[in-house]
Amino acid sequence: MAKTIAEINEKVKKGEAVVVTAEEMIDIVEEKGAKKAAQEVDVVTTGTFGPMCSSGMYINIGHAKPRIKLGGGECHLNEVPAYCGFAAVDIYLGCTHLPDDDPRNKVHPGEFRYGGGHVIEEFVAGKDIKLTASAYGTDCYPRRKLETWININDVNEAVLFNPRNAYQNYNVAVNLSDKIIYTYMGVLKPKLGSANYCSAGQLSPLLNDPLYRTMGLGTRIFLGGGVGYVAWHGTQHNPGVKRKENGTPCVPAGTLAIIGDLKQMKPEWLVGTSFNGYGATLTVGIGIPIPILDEEIARQTAVKDEDIFAPVVDYSEAYPQVIPETLGEVSYAQLKSGKITVQGKEIPTAPLSSYSKAKEIANILKEWIQKGEYSMAEKVASLPGADTGYTFRPLKERSIE
Amino acid sequence: MITKRIVLHFPVEMIEKPITCSLAKEYNLDFTILRAFITLWEEGLMVLELRGEEKDYEEGMEYLTKTGVRVQPLSDSIIYNKSRCTQCGACANLCPTGALSLEPSTKVVSFNPDKCIACEFCIKTCPPRAMEVNFDGRYKILS
Repeated sequence: MAKTIAEINEKVKKGEAVVVTAEEMIDIVEEKGAKKAAQEVDVVTTGTFGPMCSSGMYINIGHAKPRIKLGGGECHLNEVPAYCGFAAVDIYLGCTHLPDDDPRNKVHPGEFRYGGGHVIEEFVAGKDIKLTASAYGTDCYPRRKLETWININDVNEAVLFNPRNAYQNYNVAVNLSDKIIYTYMGVLKPKLGSANYCSAGQLSPLLNDPLYRTMGLGTRIFLGGGVGYVAWHGTQHNPGVKRKENGTPCVPAGTLAIIGDLKQMKPEWLVGTSFNGYGATLTVGIGIPIPILDEEIARQTAVKDEDIFAPVVDYSEAYPQVIPETLGEVSYAQLKSGKITVQGKEIPTAPLSSYSKAKEIANILKEWIQKGEYSMAEKVASLPGADTGYTFRPLKERSIE
Repeated sequence: MITKRIVLHFPVEMIEKPITCSLAKEYNLDFTILRAFITLWEEGLMVLELRGEEKDYEEGMEYLTKTGVRVQPLSDSIIYNKSRCTQCGACANLCPTGALSLEPSTKVVSFNPDKCIACEFCIKTCPPRAMEVNFDGRYKILS
């Protein structure tokens, strides 16, 4: 018999809801079958903790005396440029932005020790951040220069707003060339010397709701140690890709745009990270609960690493040149075993997304729900689905002449 | 037969003395130089792997101390900052000796300083920069 989210929330409120992690759900469904599991389990929690470059924060710093209009001017947070093309005192800082004097890849590979992601981590940790700004001055906003410390506790709004997070599946990166390469998928050894992957697999949010039945706009989530929401489908959302019989996509597919109050978040779940030769980013912790409304959802949340497959892609040539060919596919069970075989060669694997931390997130979320502190939010609109024709397009470059 | 990895700090006045040679000739210790920084007018630093009989090793260390060389185990110089580690596991593929690895069942990063040869490859490739090599003799594993 199907349940509703309202019924599940009623149980959560009374402290009677049965909540398990997506990892625990595997055994439950295997033992009892999906039908019985759907009756017994109310919520399955998922988690992921990995580098997510399309992340950033916006803050409203409050008005200075006399007033300054940052819009149309320039500003920096701890020397990292931030975007202020809004009204007077709203600022957006993206996690990949770098200080103006960072040498980037001038001496390759660059280190990228400090960028927007590191500023966000320090800001969330309650550290003072140096704001410097210049403006052109108007009759109503006469001031032209501003230099001050700001703190998360003093600013008006501080909001994490990430246009693309929680990728549903991802490439396995390898290097066919004879040189070491430095990529956003980490350092890849030459001649198929290593393979890096980046998904929590069986614990990953969108792999447990492969056809976006419960996750949609308005879904309440664990975000960076606090509570956030799904704001929209993420950029590059690409639901119409080839899928396995269990609904999981064989290549990167769905994505989420997410939003949440930065003031509640914790620096251990928003970590500034650096990819040698590539850039700075933010490692973000996300967890999403799935209300078990019926047997199908129960079955989907019991998906196992051995039933989820990722494409192996060469990052020395195919990826940068946008050549669509892959070197085959491997399961997350194979990836997590520590080695995969590609073109007859055994390659050691390493993750960029932490499975142990993903599990920790799923367990924290489980605890929140068990304590009745957190209820499921009904989505207000669906993400573009697999059959909507919604797709991810390459850039159509046209001559300016 | 034992194998030890140590860091030797040479005072400025000793830089030109054939210390490693004496360890081999007088104390029968096999050596591999893992790293060496020798600059005139500055303290010299050498990271050695020594193999030999325990008694010879002890006597060799005594000789070094007497000549004024400061010796510390290599493991004292490698810092794994656990609280900084995001437990991703990217290091596991890059560490050439398996000193950094991912526990197969828990997927938790583990660091075995005894296996470390201080190649420093992890220093710049760890995304949260949780690894540090510090040859100044301070011992710390932050947690």
